[in-house]
Amino acid sequence: MSGAYRIAGKGRLTPARQARFSFDGKFYTGLEGDTVASALLAHGVHLMGRSFKYHRPRGPISAGSEEPNALINVARDATREQPNVRATVQEIFEGLKTNSQNRWPSLEYDIGAVNNLGAPFFSAGFYYKTFMWPKAAWKHVYEPFIRAAAGLGVAPKEADTDHYANRYAHCDVLIVGAGIAGLSAALAAAQTGASVIICDEQPEVGGALHYEAGTTVDGMPGFEWAQKTAQKLAAMDNVRLLTRTTAFGYYAQNFISLTERITDHQAMVEKSAPRERLWQVRAKRVILATGAIERHMVFDGNDRPGILLASAARTYLNHYGVAVGKKVGVYTAHDSAYEAAFDLKRAGVEIPAIVDTREKPGDAVMAEAAALGIKVLTGHAVIKTSGRLRVTSMTVGRSTKGTTTKYEIDALIMSAGWTPSVHLFSQSRGKLTWDADNARFVPGTHAQDCLAVGACNGTDGLANTVEEALGAGELMARAAGAAADAEKLSLNTETAFEWTGGMVGASEGAGPDTVAKAFIDFQNDVCAKDIRLAVREGMRSIEHIKRFTTNGMASDQGKLSNMHGLAIAAEALGKDIPEVGLTTFRAPYTPVTFGTIINHARGSLFDPTRKTPMHDQEAALGAVFEDVGQWKRAWFFPRAGEDMHAAVNRECKTVRETVGMFDASTLGKIEVVGPDAAKFLDLMYTNAWDSLKPGRAKYGIMLREDGFIYDDGVVGRLAEDRFHVTTTTGGAPRVLQHMEDYLQTEFPHLKVWLTSTSEQWATVAIQGPKAREVIAPIVDDQDISNEGLPFMSVVECKVLGGVPARLFRMTFAGELGYEINVPADFGPALWDALYERVEAAGGCAYGTETMHVLRAEKGYIIVGQDTDGTVTPYDAGLGWTVSKKKTDFVGIRGLKRPDLVAEGRKQLVGLKTRNPKVVLEEGAQIVADPNQAKPMTMIGHVTSSYWSEHLGSSIALAVVVDGHKRKGETLYIPMEKETIAVEVTDTVFVDKEGSRINV
Amino acid sequence: MLLIHCPYCQEERPETEFRHGGEAHIARPTNIADISDEEFEAYFFIRSNEKGVTFERWRHAHGCGRFFNAARHTVTDKFIKVYKAGEPKPTLAELGLESGESQ
Amino acid sequence: MSEAIRTKPLPATRTGSAAASVTPAPEASRISLRAGEEALAALSSALDLGLPTQPKTSESKNGRMALWLGPDEWLIIDQNGADLMALCATVSAPHSATDVSHRNTAIIISGPGAADAINGGCPLDLSLKSFPVGACTRTLLAKIEIVLYRSSEDTFRVECWRSFAPYALGMLAEGAMDASA
Repeated sequence: MSGAYRIAGKGRLTPARQARFSFDGKFYTGLEGDTVASALLAHGVHLMGRSFKYHRPRGPISAGSEEPNALINVARDATREQPNVRATVQEIFEGLKTNSQNRWPSLEYDIGAVNNLGAPFFSAGFYYKTFMWPKAAWKHVYEPFIRAAAGLGVAPKEADTDHYANRYAHCDVLIVGAGIAGLSAALAAAQTGASVIICDEQPEVGGALHYEAGTTVDGMPGFEWAQKTAQKLAAMDNVRLLTRTTAFGYYAQNFISLTERITDHQAMVEKSAPRERLWQVRAKRVILATGAIERHMVFDGNDRPGILLASAARTYLNHYGVAVGKKVGVYTAHDSAYEAAFDLKRAGVEIPAIVDTREKPGDAVMAEAAALGIKVLTGHAVIKTSGRLRVTSMTVGRSTKGTTTKYEIDALIMSAGWTPSVHLFSQSRGKLTWDADNARFVPGTHAQDCLAVGACNGTDGLANTVEEALGAGELMARAAGAAADAEKLSLNTETAFEWTGGMVGASEGAGPDTVAKAFIDFQNDVCAKDIRLAVREGMRSIEHIKRFTTNGMASDQGKLSNMHGLAIAAEALGKDIPEVGLTTFRAPYTPVTFGTIINHARGSLFDPTRKTPMHDQEAALGAVFEDVGQWKRAWFFPRAGEDMHAAVNRECKTVRETVGMFDASTLGKIEVVGPDAAKFLDLMYTNAWDSLKPGRAKYGIMLREDGFIYDDGVVGRLAEDRFHVTTTTGGAPRVLQHMEDYLQTEFPHLKVWLTSTSEQWATVAIQGPKAREVIAPIVDDQDISNEGLPFMSVVECKVLGGVPARLFRMTFAGELGYEINVPADFGPALWDALYERVEAAGGCAYGTETMHVLRAEKGYIIVGQDTDGTVTPYDAGLGWTVSKKKTDFVGIRGLKRPDLVAEGRKQLVGLKTRNPKVVLEEGAQIVADPNQAKPMTMIGHVTSSYWSEHLGSSIALAVVVDGHKRKGETLYIPMEKETIAVEVTDTVFVDKEGSRINV
Repeated sequence: MLLIHCPYCQEERPETEFRHGGEAHIARPTNIADISDEEFEAYFFIRSNEKGVTFERWRHAHGCGRFFNAARHTVTDKFIKVYKAGEPKPTLAELGLESGESQ
Repeated sequence: MSEAIRTKPLPATRTGSAAASVTPAPEASRISLRAGEEALAALSSALDLGLPTQPKTSESKNGRMALWLGPDEWLIIDQNGADLMALCATVSAPHSATDVSHRNTAIIISGPGAADAINGGCPLDLSLKSFPVGACTRTLLAKIEIVLYRSSEDTFRVECWRSFAPYALGMLAEGAMDASA
């Protein structure tokens, strides 16, 4: 039922626990715990995908995350779909839908496979050659072709409905890998009381014990010991054991990123469960027990479905109970493949021959092979294979030139030896050392507080591994400060065979001067000959060879291919392997979903949305909001039938004629308190503050040291030692940082402190001729007459029958105006009370757009709109704010710089269009002579431009070279369709005398 | 994400709590209004931009809020020493480095 | 006091999970207190609460807490709504007391998964060893600044500016949901 290749009595899955899933629309039954690969192999299905470049038929070569071939599309439903999932990792569940990729119309008959015939055109570096000319073809032929052909899977079209979690975690010891080395280290570390996190990418701990059937630990079969140990560890308070969790990035100061796959194997997913959890772990010490990855043999036709790594075949057999074939050839340069052959043979699989490139394999494996009656051909090679969608034969000989024998097979397993998984060690910036005896790179100099143990450290032999891991566990825990008494641990281990052997590079038949398709990188279709071509074409650095051939650049990042590529390159270059060196290992170790990376940061948690206390009131009045940084600000309040233009015109007119109210809560506010408060503000602003009396307010300009305007705002003096400073909405955090910087580092002797009160206060501006009568009833016991509270004054009083308030008499509209600040929780109550009065007086609420028009009519600048970081107070016509008496303030020296006092500066002016109906575009460039040759000399640009309903004409502000001297001149603004003539004017368009304000 | 030791909080805190503040030990002239153009240029514009040990200002912006100084190696990114604002600039010897090692 | 209605930044509804409840805190009065060493004794006596001088520590008494935020900075919270500004006004030594009762709002996270819930967005080590009961600091919760205070082994108070409160609540609710796993 669960497959003809499932062998009764083999494996660790439970035959009764079945799950049905589909692959390319066909349903299969597997067992719970199967991967898609193991479940399909159980049904004799090896063909699972097509390769990237040549569209060659491919099956799984591995049983783990290093898989380059069996990449499939996995779907739970329309919104939860993911391409390029490794079939060797994806666990099956009832209802899982999977599909092959990179094929059309079907996996068996793929049109794209013509690329295989055209292989000479697709040689290494073809990207850089084939598409060079003709140039015009790039846009219409080459690029569409490449875009259509590039990439393996298809990105899902629907938004992902899963959610993802994040967790920052700290521990004394993080152990990556829960094979026998990682588990041993965890035992030793945990019993010292250290906090331990141990993670493993597989669903169950055990690592190599998944296939290592000949190993016992403490008298138990190895895999069983691993599960018992995991249970023991998981039960300890100081240990967190994470399975299905990949450590994918190793960053500075032992910061490691893990991704935990939580629901991808579940048939029924709880709504609250995240699909994946990102763990961002800061570990005092790290132990890397990441094992080793078996290498394939590099020979002609080594990529046919049915050809697998020996350890993978062993995993399928011993863990999943699946035989990879009925007649399995073996090609090896290492003893490990023998054990796979033995296990298969004992399970009833025919082994026609073990082909070993070595003349002298290990004695023990030779003896066992003889005892099992398996033919061993030493000093032989698999010269080539055949079979279209599945390997059907292997051709064996001593060399390509001598006699060869063809063996009928339906699977071929291989081993060229083992590559230590040094990816994370290398990511940690540790330096690798070349172990020439065993042809492998192993961890050398450590860059961080970590240790590698076991196979990833090049430690051979089970007993050595366990001893090393136990020692490392204790050592690292102690180094992290763990102090509990702990007994010396030891584990009794036995293993059937110790392994020897191994090779890197191409084997017989795929050497120099051959054209064999001997693949080193399966996912990117890179063959041994491609590496040699790269060297012939002049590539010398391994980094260049990598990019020219794309070896190791696929999503498997060359876990199988890098060592072979390096060896072949070294041979072609005539250099030693360590002399050529490896390419850089980079995160992530295996692909990580965008969901995990984006995590919480989407929807309402993408970025904070800041709303003022009166937001709901404004929304109820129909406000349209605009984004100002993270703030939502009421932009305008359209009434029935009004568009933005109509609403803003009405709001402007209403403020000038009666009264309007405006939510100014987002303005930055800083409380400056202390005996030296005035002295400090004298240094921070161009203005003089010492002379400002308590109860009075003043408009201030803040410069940077270079003399340019940094921010502006009204500052009120509440007491001798207390100021209420306002900043622009966007400037609030940086102005406080700027002030703190000077206070802490340049003027630390001053007794003054700064506190942000931006959000303490809800602020409503009431502007217009009727402002006083509107606020009068809600202000408790405070004289608000022109004499009692004159223009530019501030008072602390009560409103609404007892609510403490800061009442400013000020305007940003050029009208009789007030700004009322109340503690923010009272904002809505204040708004409601005022709105009732404003409406009764014939007024209205207005938004930021009207605020902008009104202030522009008065020539009040907006820092960041009318200034751009190169404008001085003099340029802006605000020279009156610069105190002549002060001997110091930030920017005092900058203002005297030669370029800042020279002629020809751009200065702020007003512009009136000759045709008053034409509203200029903000940002439009200004020229003196519209008939000059292009490119024209631009002498300025429009910074603000509006329709002024009050004036019945357009108005604009602009910065223009020597603008202050040009009043009355006509300048021109060339636009796409017309050239607009403008007259240079004063910046104040309305009420130049200020008679509307002082009433 | 680096860990940075804050000399005021007296512990290592995540990098994201901090804000870089440019080169350290550039004192604002007390007579700034009177300095020459060249002196202003040297004070305001010229920065050493060392490869190797660099002295820079940091602020524990989302922690204690204090500015402090750090000696950091721009090649390894490692913080060699942090010290409070106002404390003297350490010599290479005080940082445990030979003069040739600053690169 | 006025009859005017206060509108709090967050509804008082409890969210979160079995492992960690997430509940907006009741109103409290707060000041940001800044002072040099010379004013500490007088301020401590005016507030009837010793101002802590060690980083990451706090003092609390009768519903009033003093959280060390920086070497010259404390957040004083009074859960009974006392007029802290008035108390400090009696101190003549130079200092700065600023009312931030409405600037800040607080969320209480409580339950065995409280630390995990906060660690969904906060990168600090919240183990009892590193962040014991009474510990407090300004730090980050994902994209916003918070003040974090541990009032008991499994209860934390997160203070943030009012406009960030919905974001903080959303992050903590997500963290709480995950902390139950």
